[in-house]
Amino acid sequence: MLLVVEQLLNGLQFGLLLFLLAAGLTLVFGIMDFVNLAHGSLYMMGAYFAATFAAWTGSFIIGIVLALGATLLLGMVLEYVALRHLYGRDHLDQVLGTFGLILFFNDAVRLIWGPAGLSLPLPAWLTVPIQIVPGVFYPSYRLAIIAVSLVVAALLYLVVMRTRVGMLIRAGASNREMIGALGINIRLLFTLVFGLGAALAGLAGLMQAPILTVQIGMGENILILAFVIIVIGGIGSIRGAFLAAIFVGMIDTLGRAYAPDLLRHLLSPTAASTAAPALSSMLIYLLMAIVLVVRPEGLFPASKR
Amino acid sequence: MTVMFNVRSVVWALVIVSLMLLPLYSSVSGNIFILTLFTRIVIFALAAVSLNLIMGYGGMMSFGHAAYLGIGGYAVGILAYEGIGSGFIQWPVALLASALFALVIGALSLRTRGVYFIMITLAFAQMAYYIASGMARYGGDDGLTIYKRSDFGGLINLSDRTQFYYVCLACLFGGIYLVWRIVNSRFGLVVQGVRSNEQRMEAIGFHANRYRLVCFVISGMMCGLAGALLATNTDFVSPSIMYWTRSGDLMVMVILGGIGSLFGPVIGTILFLVLEESLSQVTEFSGIIIGPLLLLIVLFARGGIDGWLGRLRRG
Amino acid sequence: MRSTFWLAGAALLALAQPANAGDTIKIGFVSTFSGPTAVIGNDMRNSFELALDHMGRKMGGKNVEVIYEDDTFKPDVGKQKTQKLIESDKVDFIAGYIWSNVLLASLKPIVDSKTMMVIANAGPSQVAGELCSPYVFSTSWQNDQTPAAVGEYMNQKNVKSVFLIGPNYAAGKDMLAGVKSTFKGEIKGEEYTVWPSQLDFSAELSKARASGAASIFVFYPGAAGVQFLNQYSQAGLKATMPLYTAFTIDETTLPLQKDNAIGVPGAQQWVNDLPNDANKKFVSDFRAKFKHGPSFYGAQAYDAAQLINSAVVAVKGDTSKKEEMRKAMEKADFKSVRGAFKFGNNHMPIQNFYLQDVVKGTDGELGLKTVATIVKDSQDRFHDKCPMK
Repeated sequence: MLLVVEQLLNGLQFGLLLFLLAAGLTLVFGIMDFVNLAHGSLYMMGAYFAATFAAWTGSFIIGIVLALGATLLLGMVLEYVALRHLYGRDHLDQVLGTFGLILFFNDAVRLIWGPAGLSLPLPAWLTVPIQIVPGVFYPSYRLAIIAVSLVVAALLYLVVMRTRVGMLIRAGASNREMIGALGINIRLLFTLVFGLGAALAGLAGLMQAPILTVQIGMGENILILAFVIIVIGGIGSIRGAFLAAIFVGMIDTLGRAYAPDLLRHLLSPTAASTAAPALSSMLIYLLMAIVLVVRPEGLFPASKR
Repeated sequence: MTVMFNVRSVVWALVIVSLMLLPLYSSVSGNIFILTLFTRIVIFALAAVSLNLIMGYGGMMSFGHAAYLGIGGYAVGILAYEGIGSGFIQWPVALLASALFALVIGALSLRTRGVYFIMITLAFAQMAYYIASGMARYGGDDGLTIYKRSDFGGLINLSDRTQFYYVCLACLFGGIYLVWRIVNSRFGLVVQGVRSNEQRMEAIGFHANRYRLVCFVISGMMCGLAGALLATNTDFVSPSIMYWTRSGDLMVMVILGGIGSLFGPVIGTILFLVLEESLSQVTEFSGIIIGPLLLLIVLFARGGIDGWLGRLRRG
Repeated sequence: MRSTFWLAGAALLALAQPANAGDTIKIGFVSTFSGPTAVIGNDMRNSFELALDHMGRKMGGKNVEVIYEDDTFKPDVGKQKTQKLIESDKVDFIAGYIWSNVLLASLKPIVDSKTMMVIANAGPSQVAGELCSPYVFSTSWQNDQTPAAVGEYMNQKNVKSVFLIGPNYAAGKDMLAGVKSTFKGEIKGEEYTVWPSQLDFSAELSKARASGAASIFVFYPGAAGVQFLNQYSQAGLKATMPLYTAFTIDETTLPLQKDNAIGVPGAQQWVNDLPNDANKKFVSDFRAKFKHGPSFYGAQAYDAAQLINSAVVAVKGDTSKKEEMRKAMEKADFKSVRGAFKFGNNHMPIQNFYLQDVVKGTDGELGLKTVATIVKDSQDRFHDKCPMK
């Protein structure tokens, strides 16, 4: 029973982290109608910046803050220099162009930081496991991720639902031409939204860094998950992305936790141990396929045209 | 008509003749590897041509086309592993299996449009990838070595490099011919019509999705054939040939060469794989060159290389 | 666009150049030089180059040319690069191979062409057993040997039970089987994770804790090892469930694992402080040249160069005498940095395994130290299946 609680927390934490990555992606996608494969590269850059700045300043917190700023800036520069020329293009052109950026970022990082990757060590106060219920210890850092992600999700909700910028963002997601026609400086809005998305990706990357490693290509596998999430949630919908992210996080973690035991009842032990990891990774894609077959525009389609 | 000729046609003629004479060059110069490399290129070109059929003419952006490479490859690999060595069984099974897979996922995926279609095809391909990773009997993640190539009872010997190359080349030319026939048939015109205006075609009384589905299945079969050839060429099949990055590579080949152009995917494939092979010898940081190059091609060279060639005319 | 076209044309021409046969010994070296695991490939290449430096870049009086190829961590690419080395470059020797699956995919063209091969890392059981070949040698180990030594060590420490975690690919399965082959305590559970894409091991760690096992054994090479140790120590398991490892902590990962690795034991056939002259020279010259210590991957590559050299010297540079080269190599007649070892009938080393531990040096630097010899003259358990006698 206690194990189930622990696994649920693991799933929640993973899901929330995925949400941060997916939120930026869905914003950019929903408003600019822009497929950004390089979102995963921004996630990677966030982690590299954080590790570098933390090592320079000697402080975890200062490193994180600087890295967030740097990713925001990088996102805006990237948008200004290259990506804005891809708006209004075919999705395929966007996929190809940003795929090129992935290749570029991976090798640029390898050139600058070397192939070995970096580490972002935690301050001592975040390394002690906390007893959440009697008998269940949980890593304090993972709890911190849950807390930070929930706060960011709430802030994002407030910004999108309660502010003028948020209103424009929502308007943009449902009808792009209209807000342009209303005389809004749409270019600036786009640059800002892209920067925000980049910062969210960077945040996800740097928060994940102490758990995983900071390494080349770290954004690619997780990017696919983020795409799955925004498609399940409905493109452009923050709420959809949130629910889908929790869903995917839970399914992935619980699948890995319980699929082997389930399969052992059906198959021989060796076959089960090979099939189980494959099966649990497949569940997510199965979920996406089912959702799309039933609801071809995701759970919460933002724009109906 | 008189002195005007098209750079594009000259390039195509050159490419076709070079491909046909390549084994001769290889045996005269003693450079065996160029044949090895180009066998692989020709096979991937077939896959790219098949993807171009649905992407370029049908407007269906499949991000899961590598799945058919895997299905075709595993059909040959598994049958060989189970002791069924006859090519007359292996190859039809490979084609049928890919057709069946295409039929099922096509029927489901075609309910969606745009990016959702891209993602759902990706989802199915990833499922196929993970299924293959989970097949303990057939090597799981490590893949399956094919110890004996398909036996065509003395008709052709696939273990002979030159013969195998020409088999692959024949498949490629056959594929291109098929696409050409389809595109210029009534059926092909309907599919292209659906791409540009689906509602209108529905209004005139065409069941758009039925046409699309048939197109999707044909494309899947062609790519499955490429998969069977690829597995034979490497004597090895592993889940990694179905990984999503491989589908991405196929898309890049098509777009690089020129989407919606008959020969474009072939030259896109040649360029992509030759660069991949040779750049790694020049620098280990090839991404710094290829990455921005891709972006530039997208931004400034719409229609890929074929489009660019088409614009080059000489009097 | 125009330049792209010329670039491609030039590349085609470059490929079309026939291999020029000269009076040099040609060696092909396949490893991973791109992506995060390039760390391992670079370490192997650096060590191989250092070995050539030590030989004056000559073998048996002939110049040596090494062609390095990147397998990009993919079996089919590895196979194509292998074919290129054999068919286009016409190499006399082929060496390298980090990954079991890349090696298994590449083996056929090597054996078919009877190219002499020295594996410098991967050790799948097939190559030690039914797929063994007169032309294939290894300066590393069979996958089982190292974890089997860890299992022995756990017996010596009187460990009662263990929970096994490893990646779901050839070596991962071999490693877990290796521990099971020697460990006498209870196996409380066994988990395989998706390789190489799985990021998060929290579900597996939670299960390990819940299983009540006395210890955990893992095999995670490269960056995955860093990830695992991070999550293991954050979960607070270090105090309650001691960790035993194979190929998880080495000089390439230690700079990232840092304090997380202190006190986590592992087994290896080579440690940087082994007290023999060849090793002292290797380690100190490596440090002088590259400003950091070599890893066991490097040590194996260094030995691979030495083994090739012993063959070339035996035939005085005439590499067409394959039978004689094979006989020379079977003697393992060179100063290995791991100390003396022998080859078994399957051309796998019969060698000692040492316990290594992470300690903080006087300068605050973390390093690996030999603690004890776990087993002497260990031979893999697949040599009976090899038809060579």
